[in-house]
Amino acid sequence: MFIRHETIEKNAVLLMVLTVLTISIGGIVELVPLFTIETTVEKVEGVRPYSPLELAGRDIYVREGCYTCHSQQIRALKDEVERYGHYSLAAESMYDRPFQWGSKRNGPDLARVGGKYSNDWHYAHLTYPQAMVPESLMPRYAFLATRPVDAAKVARHMRTNRALGNPYTEEQLANVAADLEAQADPQADPSDVQRRYPKAVQAAGSGRVVSEMDALVAYLQVLGTMVDFTNPANENLKQ
Amino acid sequence: MADNIASGDDASRGEHDPVTGRSTTGHDWDGLKELNTPLPKWWFWTFVATVVWGIGYAVVYPSVPWINSYYPGLIGYSQRATVTADVQKLATQRAEVMTKLNAVPLAEVKQDDALYAVAMAAGRLAFAENCQACHGAGGQGRPGFPALAGDAWIWGGSLDAIRQTVTYGIRSPHPDARISQMPRFGADAILTPAEIGQVTDFVMTLYDPAAPAGAGAADGAKVFEENCAACHGEKGEGMREVGAPALRSSVHLYGDTREAVRAQIATPKQGVMPNWNTRLDEATIRAVTLYVHGLGGGE
Repeated sequence: MFIRHETIEKNAVLLMVLTVLTISIGGIVELVPLFTIETTVEKVEGVRPYSPLELAGRDIYVREGCYTCHSQQIRALKDEVERYGHYSLAAESMYDRPFQWGSKRNGPDLARVGGKYSNDWHYAHLTYPQAMVPESLMPRYAFLATRPVDAAKVARHMRTNRALGNPYTEEQLANVAADLEAQADPQADPSDVQRRYPKAVQAAGSGRVVSEMDALVAYLQVLGTMVDFTNPANENLKQ
Repeated sequence: MADNIASGDDASRGEHDPVTGRSTTGHDWDGLKELNTPLPKWWFWTFVATVVWGIGYAVVYPSVPWINSYYPGLIGYSQRATVTADVQKLATQRAEVMTKLNAVPLAEVKQDDALYAVAMAAGRLAFAENCQACHGAGGQGRPGFPALAGDAWIWGGSLDAIRQTVTYGIRSPHPDARISQMPRFGADAILTPAEIGQVTDFVMTLYDPAAPAGAGAADGAKVFEENCAACHGEKGEGMREVGAPALRSSVHLYGDTREAVRAQIATPKQGVMPNWNTRLDEATIRAVTLYVHGLGGGE
């Protein structure tokens, strides 16, 4: 009944087949429940895919490696909830590909930084962090203000995310450039972009070119604000 | 099998090594042979103990995922339930003093030394986490972010005024936010560039009456009277009801150079303060109010 170990070791094909089989069992046991367990992703209202400007900002967040110093995960621990607010839900990053939970906090957690500071503060802080927080270790990101955001690239990214399951509508995909500009320019009318993407926050761009800094600020300003925790329907988060 | 691993004696195909008294594994690499030395006993039994501990842990705590649910463990531990209970316990511990802080009128808190001490401690912590990133660690302010330690208040420095500002914010999304909107005199072409230059010269005389007046100051006085005085006051004394800062003052939110004044008239910056009622509870807002009031400029 048992195959001798020596036989397996001396037969490359058999060794390969059995190795794949063994690893598959481990993988299936670990992965399948994540897709089927009901409570893995909580059913809460309000979480939506990122608007074009927020998605562009998220790309910059990833590109600049913000996650190496900032986490986006408020753990279910008393001191974290006291400081940062409600602990993070899986549902809040269900449209993140990949999520930005991070594991290191040289800087503070950013999971609920949205709305905590004004746009002016974010622009000043990204440009020269030490002007706002003298003891800060954060590098300067002033150059983001001079780099334009490419609407076509954002649109491609959104279509890719839709192929992976993010529920972007045809209307959202058809208005990428318009939504980018309306959300970046504080003088523009935000009603359309905010109808398509509720709670989207306008950045404080120049109104001329949509810059990477506008995108990053719009992204930061929406973090952690999508779920309304005062709504009792969102209270039942048993895990 | 455990005995085999522990003793290392199962080397039937190996040979006896007279120096160590152990067997070899039987493997031979150009004359080099491998001793079949057993694992140290302490290591082996520690390993066994961790396996036993792991099994016990998996039985007691949530561990194995099923298809639609998971094994919840003997004691039914849930980290989310635990943190909810922890926070609830904290609220209960604080309830007595926080209820009192909510009940006592702000102006009378100072008369109760113990309560005031709690309020200042809570206020200092909340200020450090939420306010000082903009207003500075001591409330000294920064260009664009008003000083709180001085007496140049834009919306008022009384306890009630500070509390309202903290609660609802300034130009925040909250419907009760304090809102003032300085027109964009340049960007929206309300004034000509020449008029903006003149009124800038005039405002500079308000900033520093001792300095020599610019060429357009005399004409600027008329422009000021027609366009600015309604909010900023005829003498530039400011008007707190509409959040118009005093111009006849040594404190200037966006700088006191001629360039800064001109820019602020042409395309004014409109600072935003978030409404904190969605992040802080009522008692914490009152504590922050008392703390800010105590920074040096409270009225």
